[in-house]
Amino acid sequence: MAVLTMAKALNDGLRTAMERDPKVLIMGEDVGKLGGVFRVTDGLQKDFGEQRVLDTPLAESGIIGTAVGLAIRGFRPVCEIQFDGFVFPGYDQIASQLAKLHFRSQGKVAMPVVVRIPFGGGIGAVEHHSESPEALFAHVAGLKVVACSNPSDAYWMIQQAIACDDPVIFFEPKRRYWEKAEVDRAGQPLPLFSSRVLRSGSSLTLAGYGPVVRTCLEAAAAAESDGHDLEVIDLRTLSPLDLGPVVESVRRTGRLVVVAEAPPESSVSSEVAARVQQECFYSLEAPVLRVTGFDTPYPPSKCEEDYLPDLDRVLDAVDRALAW
Amino acid sequence: MSVPHAWIPPASGAPGHPVPTPDREHVLAGLRGTDAGGSNLVQLLTPEGERVADSRFDALVADVDIAALQALYRDMVLVRRFDREANALQRQGQLGIWVPLLGQEAAQIGAGRAMAPQDMAFPSYREHGVAWCRGIDPTELLGIFRGTDHGSWDPKATGFHLYTIVIGNQCLNATGYAMGQRFEGRVGSAIGEGPGAVSANPDAALTNEATVCFFGDGATSQGDVHEGFVWAAVYDAPVVFYCQNNQWAISEPLERQTRVPLYQRARGYGFPGLRVDGNDVLACLAVTRWALEECRTGNGPVLIEAFTYRMDAHTTSDDPSRYRLADELELWKLKDPIERVRVNLVRSHGVEQAFFTGIQGESDELAARFREYCVAMPAPAPDRMFSHVYAEGSPTVEAQRAEFLAYHASFEGV
Repeated sequence: MAVLTMAKALNDGLRTAMERDPKVLIMGEDVGKLGGVFRVTDGLQKDFGEQRVLDTPLAESGIIGTAVGLAIRGFRPVCEIQFDGFVFPGYDQIASQLAKLHFRSQGKVAMPVVVRIPFGGGIGAVEHHSESPEALFAHVAGLKVVACSNPSDAYWMIQQAIACDDPVIFFEPKRRYWEKAEVDRAGQPLPLFSSRVLRSGSSLTLAGYGPVVRTCLEAAAAAESDGHDLEVIDLRTLSPLDLGPVVESVRRTGRLVVVAEAPPESSVSSEVAARVQQECFYSLEAPVLRVTGFDTPYPPSKCEEDYLPDLDRVLDAVDRALAW
Repeated sequence: MSVPHAWIPPASGAPGHPVPTPDREHVLAGLRGTDAGGSNLVQLLTPEGERVADSRFDALVADVDIAALQALYRDMVLVRRFDREANALQRQGQLGIWVPLLGQEAAQIGAGRAMAPQDMAFPSYREHGVAWCRGIDPTELLGIFRGTDHGSWDPKATGFHLYTIVIGNQCLNATGYAMGQRFEGRVGSAIGEGPGAVSANPDAALTNEATVCFFGDGATSQGDVHEGFVWAAVYDAPVVFYCQNNQWAISEPLERQTRVPLYQRARGYGFPGLRVDGNDVLACLAVTRWALEECRTGNGPVLIEAFTYRMDAHTTSDDPSRYRLADELELWKLKDPIERVRVNLVRSHGVEQAFFTGIQGESDELAARFREYCVAMPAPAPDRMFSHVYAEGSPTVEAQRAEFLAYHASFEGV
């Protein structure tokens, strides 16, 4: 059992995947010598060479578009997008080619490509460095979208995403890169496209993904001292959603609060709310509430504490749901 | 026809001054903001069917004897025939749309026949002639335009990727594929240099691979084409960028895309670019063979601008009479890609009428088979849309399929 940061856990996961399969490539801006701006690919080029860890020209459509071609050739590229807000030049290739080639070819061409995107705010950055664009990908048929929330999941999920024959958009909560936790490299991982109950409870269900999972756990701990027994679920997979554990939970608790950094309108959180009310209509004791960012562009960093769902806002929603 | 010099836009006047446009002479010549090719235009067969010597490229088609030239002629006639049949099928309501290649047969057959089986082609959506060369039966193209599929052939088995409709996307996909060919060590095996080197070292020629990426003049304005050029250059990818400059991007003429001849752009990226008479199948074959050899030996990429003309509409939904002069088409008819080969076969090689009659008969048979296949194509099962969305499936999609089937089943017996 090793104690690792999430960045190091991802690095170990990438290394293991590259050792296991010579067709795995890493592509991106500054991923080689520098090891990536978050050091997630640190040391990989030194050990695997420039032909497997490619410092690419600085253009995101080029990264994704050439990865598509390499995948047609039989490679398994892992693309790094440096920051969430820089993915949009590559969005055309992601939505038009990466997502659709398996369907277009009636299964003759697979697209085993992983696009890693550090996402979310909380690091005091300038514009375009703190966004949560996951709904834009979850809405595209042909893509699978996941988000890790802790080092152990990061270690396993990145390997599972690379082994997956479908394109996986892999969101990494950048403000959690340096948080440490135990990683059991000999353990048995959950399937990639499954959500996980992190804490059992009976009075209310909290569901989140990525950076806010820790906030949800802290909220559950705080609520416990008030006598509330909260269940916490890490959604982990955003497309396809794995709502079985959430539905099972809400049928017991009767209350659901969904937490996410992304703007709420037409989002992953709204999809969860819609489907849970459909599946749990007669079990609900309160409307499904959401604690999210706002339908604004991500604000200047001096305002981000007010934008991001924090412990107080989550507990406020918990109180409102319980008092309904 | 006299060839005017390059049209150079006059210096613009005061702000608000009308944008200068080329004069009628340039429009008619189809030249606009480019030079005519002039001494830089590779041509081996004139529009009048005369074989002209070319010290650089003659050796690359030295093996093209009468039979080989007849085969190229046959390719072009058959491709044109099913292209015209498809156009008619659209007019008769059997196809939703067709994308005609009329006028671009030489550009496509020349390039397609230059490719080796191990090479890979990345087409746009008009490359019916290249598809033909890659062994794809014309009927396999129909599903896209009849609306029964998005492409039915196997890209790996045929060495012909699926049609790409988003303009320019395939330039990056082709470049990535070519990078893979290089990473796998499938380029650069010693073939030797100079004419005849391939036949002297057939093993290397059979092993080495290259990629050809097809796109049009309009696509050259896309960022993906620029990025493809950058990537291919810095990774020395074995990719031939084959631009069919057919002068028109739907209604937009070439001068809306560029102020320099397209082939000259290659220099800025650090690889060779050349312009070939795109209506000359022999020249297109020679130039593409040269470019492929460059790529296979590790000297890629290469840009080829095949200077040609879209003689029909952009698609069957388009109406060229709204934006171009009929006179322009008449001038290009004089440069027809098929006619010049026919004239050459007759005048220089004494090929007799029986050959042409035979090809005509064969093309009529192809058209009939093509038509019969088209009208008999069944619509896919409605729940086909839920298949192959993912390689490893998705519970979300499967749940929707089940709901969809249950909904339809609810009408049974009603």
